[in-house]
Order: sequence, then structure tokens, then C-alpha cells
Amino acid sequence: MITVIAIVTDGLVYAAWLFVVAIGLTLIFGVMKILNVAHGAFYAFGAYAAATAIGLYFDRGWPVVGGYLVVAIAAIAIGLVMGYILERVFLRRVYGKDEVVVVLITYALFLILEDVLILIWGTDGRSAYQPYTEAGSFTVGGLPLSVYDIGLVGFAGLLAIASTLAIKRTTFGRLLTAVIYDRETAAAFGVNVSRVYTVTFLVGAVLGALGGALTAPKISVTPGLGVEVIVLAFAVVAIGGMGSMEGALVGALIVGLFRAGAVHLVPQLELFSIYAVMALVLVFRPQGLFSRAQPRKI
Amino acid sequence: MQRTSVGARWARRISAALLFTSLPVAAVAQTAPAAPAAPPVKLGIVTFLTGPAAGPFGIPGRNSAEIMIEMLNAGKVPAPYASVGLAGAPILPKFVDEAGSSANQVTEFRNLVQRDGMNAVVGYISSGNCLAVAPVAEELKALTVFWDCGTPRIFEERPLKYVFRATPHATMDNVAAARYVLKKFPDLASFSGINQNYAWGQDSWRDFVAAMKALAPKATVDKELFPKLFAGEFGAEISALLTTNSKVVHSSFWNGDLESFIVQSGARGLPARSTMVYTAGETAMFRLGAKIPDGTIIGARGPHGVMAPDTPLNKWFRGVYEDRFATAPTYPAYHMAQSILGLKSAWDKAAATKGGQQPSIDEVVKAFEGLEFEGPSARIRMAIGNGHQGIADIAYGSFRFNKAENKAEIVDIVRYPAECVNPPDNMTSTAWLAAGMPGAKCN
Repeated sequence: MITVIAIVTDGLVYAAWLFVVAIGLTLIFGVMKILNVAHGAFYAFGAYAAATAIGLYFDRGWPVVGGYLVVAIAAIAIGLVMGYILERVFLRRVYGKDEVVVVLITYALFLILEDVLILIWGTDGRSAYQPYTEAGSFTVGGLPLSVYDIGLVGFAGLLAIASTLAIKRTTFGRLLTAVIYDRETAAAFGVNVSRVYTVTFLVGAVLGALGGALTAPKISVTPGLGVEVIVLAFAVVAIGGMGSMEGALVGALIVGLFRAGAVHLVPQLELFSIYAVMALVLVFRPQGLFSRAQPRKI
Repeated sequence: MQRTSVGARWARRISAALLFTSLPVAAVAQTAPAAPAAPPVKLGIVTFLTGPAAGPFGIPGRNSAEIMIEMLNAGKVPAPYASVGLAGAPILPKFVDEAGSSANQVTEFRNLVQRDGMNAVVGYISSGNCLAVAPVAEELKALTVFWDCGTPRIFEERPLKYVFRATPHATMDNVAAARYVLKKFPDLASFSGINQNYAWGQDSWRDFVAAMKALAPKATVDKELFPKLFAGEFGAEISALLTTNSKVVHSSFWNGDLESFIVQSGARGLPARSTMVYTAGETAMFRLGAKIPDGTIIGARGPHGVMAPDTPLNKWFRGVYEDRFATAPTYPAYHMAQSILGLKSAWDKAAATKGGQQPSIDEVVKAFEGLEFEGPSARIRMAIGNGHQGIADIAYGSFRFNKAENKAEIVDIVRYPAECVNPPDNMTSTAWLAAGMPGAKCN
């Protein structure tokens, strides 16, 4: 029984983390048709910004609860700054260009930003464990669980609900849907596509940075952490369907639960399990589980 | 008010800088002896300068190389290394980043030897990189000293002529860990392990299990987990370990993975159920301090760091390192220092046989084989791997955080002689462990 509890909770925690990271990636692809490799850099900068902010905050002996707010503020600030610079200076110039060119540009930006990160924060790892360790733990069925981890599951759930409501119930969400379906038609009807792109990219960047910032209290923040994440996020997005938010949620759950099951039952297959699921899904649904059918344009 | 242009201001700054930098050169030129100095020995130093391994391993190694080379060139290293450079020739280092794939490292190694004309290379933390570079070093006949990688397979899979490793390999770490664990838990019924899924992690776990089988045949393995390198998130693995009854959990984790695992497992109470054994734990003890639970078994891949003996060479090394970098040297710093001192010992020995003339690379290779020399923390004997692989004593201890002094400490330190924890020259580590470690001398 304890193994079942462990598989479910571990799977949900891992899925929550994956979803927070992948939702920004899939949002940017869905709206802008950009496979943004630089998303890994948003994650890494978010983690470093949060680690730095947490360090400064707790060094002053301020109350623990404010530390969680610091994590969020750091992520939003760094995400907005980076997203704005990248969109205005680089991506705006290549809208409408071949998708391969855009991918190469985001890949180049990712590599450059990895070095910028080292220039700013150096090569030493950074730790900001207080929000994680101070949150404490509780026991379910004999298995100790971290309050921070379960809180992350709750946050991911809220994020999924908020993003769905934002797209379906707000004016901007409807404009976004119009651009997702057909950019040119939306523009013809007077939608300011350029502004939609900018806002989308900023939101995506903030979500990427938030993924890193929420992870920072659990890990030693070191250069290169964005590389691992971007590969996993692509796997999640590919399973769910490129550009689909429901897909990102389901993809994250599938990967999270399969990985947790593998770790507990057949640990030799942990890494294999993630990519085996992805391959299996893509064999039967090459467009991913939730991707809409695309009309052929003549 | 007179205003000057930006260009003029910069011109003045550059002129001042040039004048400033030229003064010491001019002073040296006036006081230098007339006799021509030996041409410098070009030394490639390969270590992680970026990436997750840079902070805990690569940078301490780089820093150690920096001060060792500087002090050797100035003739300021205590006896028996007081002579200048390598047999009188100053060392000219070139630092190269180890980040990137093994294929990339092979290319960089070729560049160092063939393009940059390095006389020797001291390099590599990653066991994968050592395994990839070794055959190329042989092909190029390039003197190469591996300074930190731990896989025992380097000299066991094929004989090598131009490759040396002054640092003992991982078998020693894990045999000593098993001996220490059984001293603490003589009736241990079962144990588990979590190690990174590549050469270092797999080899470390294999050696630990084999040593436990030899020393405590009744102890069984509960869980063996191999998360990928740099995974960072270990929630599922910690749950899996929490579901076992293991009294002991072995891990050869290093870098950020080590620190992340210590924090995550601590928050979920794993150390309260199982005593953790970190064979490379010393690199994290000062960074994490009180976050490491008391009683955690800590290794330092040798008798390094706080477990090092109080010799004059060690006191000097700790002193110059702490003065320069404002932190205590951890074991990677010791590994780099002993590798450079091993190279110097071999170089000086080879030169001595030629009346002080600079030796050829083949002559240095010959002098290095079977060499014995003093490291800052232990006497190194190039006793196995046909005289190419060093062995040394090792120490293990238990972590304790001294709250009164706000200081991380290691207590209950036990030292194991080199012959107690290393295979003899004529056996591979796997065969030695499988045979029950015959010939081990522990007293």
C-alpha cells in the first residue's frame, strides 16, 4: 500500500513541476509557432534569481512566509525583463521566417544566456533551501511527504484552472484563441497580433522563470540546469500536443506517473520509461494527444 | 571647467596601465641573472570551469593548480619540492574547460597536444572523459596525468604507457566505506544505494556491494537506484528508500546532486531511518553545514581536507589555499595538488639521472612508473596498474555539526592503510573483491 501511495504522490509532484515548466513552452508554441529552446534559460535565470533573492531575504532574518512571496516576485521580475528583451531585440525581427531559422535563433540565445548566467552569478552553486526545509513534512500512510512538494501540486492545479479560465473567459483569451487558429484571419479582423505575441512571450517567459524559481529551494542551483529541463519539457509537450495546454497537463501527468512507477518498481527503466511513453504516443498520434487537426492551406 | 574627450581619457588610462604593467617586467629584466632560463614546460590543465561540476570540483581543482604552479615556479613549495618548476623549467599552464561531451574532450585533448604543443596534460574529473581520452593519449604518446576521475577501469582494461593517475581509484573509497559501515553496524541486515547512472556511480555501487558481500555475506541489498546524472530532483527515489528497512544507504553522489539529495532527503526524514554514507561527502560539508544530519558517514576519496594529517606540507598547502581563496581546500584541491607534485617528482627524478638536464617525455614516463612521493595529505605509491596507478591510505569519519562553534566537523575518524583497501598489482579490482579481498593488510 505504501508503494501505491508513494507512486501516486511522487508522480503528482513530478508532474506538477513538469507542468509549470512546460505550460510556458507550449503557450509560446501554440500562439507564436516558435519552438523556444531559450525557455531553458528562463528556467535557469528564474532559479538563480530566486536563489539570490531568498538568500538576501533570509540573511535579514525576516519571517519565513515572506520567502515564498520573494520566490514569486523574483520569477516574475526576471521573466518579464528577459522576455521583453528577447522578444523586442531578437524574435520580433524573425516573425514569419522559416521555423528552423527561429529554432536556431532561440538555441543560440539559450547558449549565450547560459554564459551570461555564469558572468552574472559565477560558477559556484547557489543554495536557497529555507522555503523548502522550513515548510516541514507530514506523513500519509507511513510515508513522510514534504509540505513544499504538496504545495507545488496545489499551485500547478491552480495554474491549470487559471490558464483555462483566462483563455476561455477573458477578452484577451479569446483574441489569443483567434490568433492560435489563424494569425492572418485574426489580423484581418483587427486583432493586434504583434501585441498578442509580445504579451504571450512575456507570460511564457514568466512561467518558465517561475518553474525555475519554484525548484530553486529544492536543489543546488548550478550552471547548466536549464539543459536537463528543456529536454524533459519538450517530451511533455510532444506527448500532449504542441501548443495544447490540456496536453501539457496530461503529458506531465503521464510522464510523472510513469517515471514514479518505474523508480519504485523497475528502477533500471526510470529514464527509459519517460521516452518510451513519448515514443509510444507519437507512434499512434504523431501530433500528440491533444493537438487539433490542422486544415491544409492552399 | 576644462572638459576632456572620452577617447582622451581612455588613452590616458591605457597608457597608465601599460606603464604600470611594464614596471615589474623592467625590474625583473634588470635583476634577472644573465644565464638563460630553461624553456617553460607547457602544461594543459583540464577541469570543469563551467557547469554543475565546476563549483564543488572544477574550481577547487583549478584554484589548487593555480597556486601550486605559481609556488613551484617561485620555488616556494616546502621540501621535498623546494626546487623551481619542473627540473628548473617554469611551468606555463593552459586551463581548458572540461564541460561538454567526451567526444568534445577528445578533440580538445588533441588540440592541446597537437596544436598547442603541451608537454603534458593534467586533467579530467569525469570518469567518462578519462576513459575516452586514455587511448588518444597513448596514440599521441602524450604524457597525461588523470587527477580526479575515479573509475578503476582505466588501467585494468588495457596497459597504458603514457597515462598516470596519482589519485587512488574508486575501489578504495568503497572498500573503506564498507569497512567503516560494518564497524558502526556489525550486524547490518540490509542496505540500499543511490548512485548516478554512469561509469562513476555504477562502478562505485558495484565495488561497495562486492566489498559488503566479502565482509558481511548475510547483509542483503534492498534497493539499488540509478537516477541520471544532474537529475536534481529525487522525490521518487527518496520515497523508494523510505519504503525499505535499510539501516544504511550508500551514495557516491557528487556535485549539485549530492547537495540536492542531502536537503531533499533530510526534509523527508530519510536520515532518521537510515544512516547515509556519502563517499564524496566532504565536498558538501562546509557548504551545507548543519543541513547534514549528525552521524552521516563521510568520505573524502583519501585522507584529505579535515581528515588530512598535520604534516608541514599539508599545513603549508592549507595555509596558502585559505589565504588566496578564503575557504578550506576540499578533496579535489588535494587531488590536483598531489597530481602536480607527482608530475614534478617524476620530472625531477628523470632530470637527476641526466645531470639536471631537461628530460624527454619518455624519460619522465620511465621515472613516473612505480614512483613514491609525498602528497599534502598522504604518501602516494604508484604501486598498481603496472606502476601507473597510485594508492594511498584513506580515512572515513562521521559528520557532526558543532553548534557551539558553528562549525562542520568529522569525528570518529578511522584510517585504513592503502594495502587494506586496494587490490594488489596483479589483480583487477573486480576479481579481488569477488575473491574476498585476498592479501588485504589492515593492521
